[in-house]
Amino acid sequence: MRLGVLALQGAFIEHEQALQRLGVDFTEIRQLADLEHEYTNKNCKLDGLIIPGGESTVQGKLLHDLELFQPIQELIQHDMPVFGTCAGLLLLAEKISNDERCHLATMHITAMRNAYGRQLGSFFTEAEFKGLGKIPMTFIRAPYITEVASDVEVLAEVNGKIVAARQGKQLVTAFHPELHNDQHYNDAVHAYFLQMINE
Amino acid sequence: MLNNRWELNKNLAQMLKGGVIMDVTTPEQAKIAEAAGACAVMALERIPADIRAAGGVSRMSDPKMIKGIQQAVSIPVMAKCRIGHFAEAQILQAIEIDYIDESEVLSPADDKYHIDKTAFEVPFVCGAKDLGEALRRIAEGAAMIRTKGEPGTGDVVQAVRHMRMMQAEIRRLGSMAEDELFEAAKQLQVPCELVQYVHENKKLPVVNFAAGGVATPADAALMMQLGAEGVFVGSGIFKSGNPEKRAAAIVKAVTNFTDAKMLAELSEDLGEAMVGINEQEINLLMAQRGQ
Repeated sequence: MRLGVLALQGAFIEHEQALQRLGVDFTEIRQLADLEHEYTNKNCKLDGLIIPGGESTVQGKLLHDLELFQPIQELIQHDMPVFGTCAGLLLLAEKISNDERCHLATMHITAMRNAYGRQLGSFFTEAEFKGLGKIPMTFIRAPYITEVASDVEVLAEVNGKIVAARQGKQLVTAFHPELHNDQHYNDAVHAYFLQMINE
Repeated sequence: MLNNRWELNKNLAQMLKGGVIMDVTTPEQAKIAEAAGACAVMALERIPADIRAAGGVSRMSDPKMIKGIQQAVSIPVMAKCRIGHFAEAQILQAIEIDYIDESEVLSPADDKYHIDKTAFEVPFVCGAKDLGEALRRIAEGAAMIRTKGEPGTGDVVQAVRHMRMMQAEIRRLGSMAEDELFEAAKQLQVPCELVQYVHENKKLPVVNFAAGGVATPADAALMMQLGAEGVFVGSGIFKSGNPEKRAAAIVKAVTNFTDAKMLAELSEDLGEAMVGINEQEINLLMAQRGQ
C-alpha cells in the first residue's frame, strides 16, 4: 500500500510518522509533478490520500495555485480513499457555514470553522469513536460538523457536536489523531482508515 | 494530559508549520495577507522597519487595533508584548489573542527577567539566537521558538547565523554521550530534561520558525533548507513594491523550498524588494535584547 500525504502546509509530518509506525509507504504531494509521478497510463497508483491539519485557507489557495485542485477533486470523486483532519475536514466539506469559500466539496457535510473559538477554546478530551471505543482527541481551533446528508455515517460526537464522519471512502475528523503517539492508542484512527481502503 | 495548555499551545504551532506568518498593521493588510496564503498574521502598529526608523520606546499595540484585525481575518492572530512585560501579556490574553510574541522588536520592559509564560493560558513564541536561549524560553513556557534575526533590516544574515547556530548545537547535543549531558546543561544554562529531549530527538521540543530579515522567496527557501519549520515575514512584504504578489510567492516558496525551478519562476517580476540595511550600517541590534 502507498498513500499520498498532501504536504502544502500544516502538520503533515505527524501523519507521515503515524504511517511509518503502521509500516505504510507514503509520498508527499507538494506540487502537481509529485502527483503526476504516481500515475501510470492515466491511472493513479496511490491507494489513498491524507489531508492534514493546518490552515484551510492556505491549503485551499495552494491547491489552486499549484494546479492540484482539479486532479485531486477528480480522484476523490472517482473513489480514491481520503482522510482529512481538521483543515482537511474543511477542505472536503461541501459547505462551510461561516465562510463563503468552499474547497474540494466532495463530502456531503456542512462544517463550521473555528467552531470552538480562538486558541483559548482549544481542548483535549477522550470520547467514543464508533468501533474503536474511547480514544484521545485533541481539538486545535477546530471545526465541527453541523449537518450531514443521509449517506454520511457519524462516527464520533463530543458534547452533542459531530466530530468524525464517513461517507463511502471519505473519512474526516475535526480532531487530530496524528498528534497522539502512545502505545495504548496505537494510531487507531489511521488504522481505521487503512482498513477502509482495504474494504 | 487532560487539557495541558502547553501541549495544546505547542500543537497550534504544529498546525502553522510549512506556513508564513506575516506582519500587518491594518485590517486591510491583514486581509491581503490572508488572501495571499498567510497561515497567521502578527498584528502590530508599526512594522519593525518603521520602528527602527522612528526610534524611541516601542510598546504593545493598541488593543482596539488588534481587535480590528481579529475581526478582519479567520486565521490565527498574534501580537507582540515587550520582553518581561507580563501586564501587556495579560492584556493580550484578555482579548483572546491566539499567540503572544514576547519580542525583542519592542523595547524591553525588563532587562533581567522574561515573562513566566507558564502562568498564562495563551501560547507564547519567543526569539532565540542559539540553543541556550531557545531552551531557556521553553523552560519559561514558550510553546514556539523563532530565530531573532535582525528585524526590519531586510538582511537575512542574522537569521541564518541564528538558525545555523541552533542546528549546530542540536547536532552537537545529539552526538554526546549520556553522561556528558549534565555538563552541557550547565554550560547552556538550561534544565537537564530539555537537554535530554534534544539529545534523544535531535530537535527542539517545540516548533522552530525563521524570523528577521526575510524579504524574498529565496530568503524563505534558504531558511527552510537550513531547518526552519516555517517563516515569519515582517517588513519584507508591506515595505515592498507589490505586497500581494510577493506574499503569495513567499508562501509558495515555503511549500516547495527545494524546487529551484519553481523558485526561479516565483522570483520573477516581484517588483521592488524592501530597500534593506546591512547589519554594519545599523546602530541598534535588536537581537541583543533579552538573552
